[in-house]
Amino acid sequence: MSILIDENTKVLIQGITGSFGARHASLSLAYGTQVVAGVTPGKGGQKFENVVPIFDTVSHAVNETGATASAIFVPPAFAADAILEAADAGIELIVCITEGIPVMDMMRVKAMLVGSKSRLVGPNCPGLVTPGHGEKSHGGCRIGIAPGYIHKRGNVGVVSRSGTLTYEAVWQLTQLGYGQSTCVGIGGDPINGTNHREVLEMFNNDPETEAIIMIGEIGGNAEVDAARWAKDHCKKPIAGFIAGATAPPGRRMGHAGAIVGGEDDTAQAKKRILAECGIAVSETPSDMAKTLLELWGK
Amino acid sequence: MNIHEYQAKELFDRFQVPSPKGKVASSPKEALDAAKWLDVKNLVVKAQVHAGGRGKGVFKNGFKGGVHLVDSAEAARDVAGQMLGQVLVTKQTGEEGRFVRKVMIAESVTISRELYLAILMDRESCQPVIVVSTEGGMDIEEVAEKTPEKILREYINPLAGLQAYQVRKICHNLDLNTNARQFGRLLHSLYKLFIECDCSMVEINPVVVTTDDHVYALDAKFNFDDNALYRHPEISAMRDKDEEDPREVAAAEYDLNYIGLDGNIACLVNGAGLAMATMDIIKHFGGDPANFLDVGGGASKEQVTAAFKIILGDPNVKGILINIFGGIMDCNIIAEGVIAAAKETGLPIPLVVRLEGNNVEMGKATLAASGLNIVSADDMSDAAKKIVAAVQ
Repeated sequence: MSILIDENTKVLIQGITGSFGARHASLSLAYGTQVVAGVTPGKGGQKFENVVPIFDTVSHAVNETGATASAIFVPPAFAADAILEAADAGIELIVCITEGIPVMDMMRVKAMLVGSKSRLVGPNCPGLVTPGHGEKSHGGCRIGIAPGYIHKRGNVGVVSRSGTLTYEAVWQLTQLGYGQSTCVGIGGDPINGTNHREVLEMFNNDPETEAIIMIGEIGGNAEVDAARWAKDHCKKPIAGFIAGATAPPGRRMGHAGAIVGGEDDTAQAKKRILAECGIAVSETPSDMAKTLLELWGK
Repeated sequence: MNIHEYQAKELFDRFQVPSPKGKVASSPKEALDAAKWLDVKNLVVKAQVHAGGRGKGVFKNGFKGGVHLVDSAEAARDVAGQMLGQVLVTKQTGEEGRFVRKVMIAESVTISRELYLAILMDRESCQPVIVVSTEGGMDIEEVAEKTPEKILREYINPLAGLQAYQVRKICHNLDLNTNARQFGRLLHSLYKLFIECDCSMVEINPVVVTTDDHVYALDAKFNFDDNALYRHPEISAMRDKDEEDPREVAAAEYDLNYIGLDGNIACLVNGAGLAMATMDIIKHFGGDPANFLDVGGGASKEQVTAAFKIILGDPNVKGILINIFGGIMDCNIIAEGVIAAAKETGLPIPLVVRLEGNNVEMGKATLAASGLNIVSADDMSDAAKKIVAAVQ
């Protein structure tokens, strides 16, 4: 088992003919992922790399191929529309890689997805990887932009807002001989589809996941909310890291934002609350895997 | 992105948010004309800089106050003459102060009540929230701390928009009585402005009720969502680069995300999370980061060269740490970019490079063979320790 995706997940890619989408579609295919369809309006009927059929609409692609997950690589101005199109077509897991979507657009998307059966991960995220059993984890499901080869199939779940920090944690685990069940990048935007707590719940319910690394950063209270949930409900060891202890205050948040945001969103406050909730907080980003293994008793 | 007060006034006029009549001026002559055009007895002259605390500020030429009340067009001209082309120092500008290029001449109103009003994007509920308080004109953070019950919030469903009952509720809670209708109109207009201009925050402190029963937005602070500026060319055009850190302006031209700090170890990293974590680990091992710098996923030779120039332009910088997790990018290409950038800029200070990922052995070999004074590191801890030692 794993969460959200496995080696049988049928993936479609919205924006497969753009340079960014095409590059990562190729890498996913090379990793052994079941990329079954691409969508680019106006290019229906063509084939990507002579194998993957391209459709004009997501609903047509879903009807023809049975895709259940979508990776979105379309430019920011069109991304909100692409997410809603995927939801309308009944896609179960929508992963939006696009960076730079206006917050107002995401606010409306989020409100429109209430009650939908689709789950959104991202935007502005590296995507998900469930490593395969082959050499360098080949044969897994890779949706997004993470490097596949750094992974190894195993029992640690990883959830993070940041791409490169996720790779850092995954690589540390792999080098120490510990593989991953699924790695989820939930994205760095203020409004995103899936939060830390929801991913922790899924890891907690997944029999293959035995331990968890949760990586967060300053701003918002998603990590704190997840930690408080974990204290009462999560049966598995969790190690955490919070980036941004040295970030200058107020740079991203406005004057009035600080009132509503509250006092829990500095790195120091988050680390303290994570520790109070039984999460082993890594002192430096170099020790994320080591911190987990100590807590886990390995 | 921030804008000036006179630009906020332009937006208010466009969206019919009532504010006192006013005009911007770049010379004493323009100030005189503006004052005559306003044709009112009591005027206020305000220096236009992106910083608060103007009223209590002092100009470097000795002139006191960035906000002055005057009672004739000639007096407005003379005060403008004292402000324009001078440097204003306030508690928010730091010692260096801000150069004043424009002043705003506006009608001065007599205030009977001051209220606080802000609309901002609330990330937890993913909705806009209207924040109001009867304690206008004060430091709102202080109000929030000492009397949190005096700050009221109203959440708006983004698909339905601001409802009439919500406006009535806010007016009732602010005890507006006879001025409720005017305040309600101001609130509806401001909400429309907030949504249509892709604001992340608009704060009016204060909204005033005047002795002759008008409701006006006085001092406004706007924040816009940078991601949405592409669809608002008229707002992008309001950007005043003279008010921004020149290093940050230069960085933005190369798609680099840079924030200057006070330390002496510069860092250059791919990815925002890793960039923050790199600053943290420098601090953890006793160093002091000079900046946040995210080169994004690419880290091309052009970007690294531009980043080096910006970093080296900071006189405090005594060493550089490059931390790249080249997951998909070839580390050897990154190494070649670093060498080219180092050669072009001369590399006068220690450089520690930590590369990880695809083709990393080759990348390290290329760095070692370059003949340049580049120290290779194996992981983030190693890199941070080495650069901290090098600058001591």
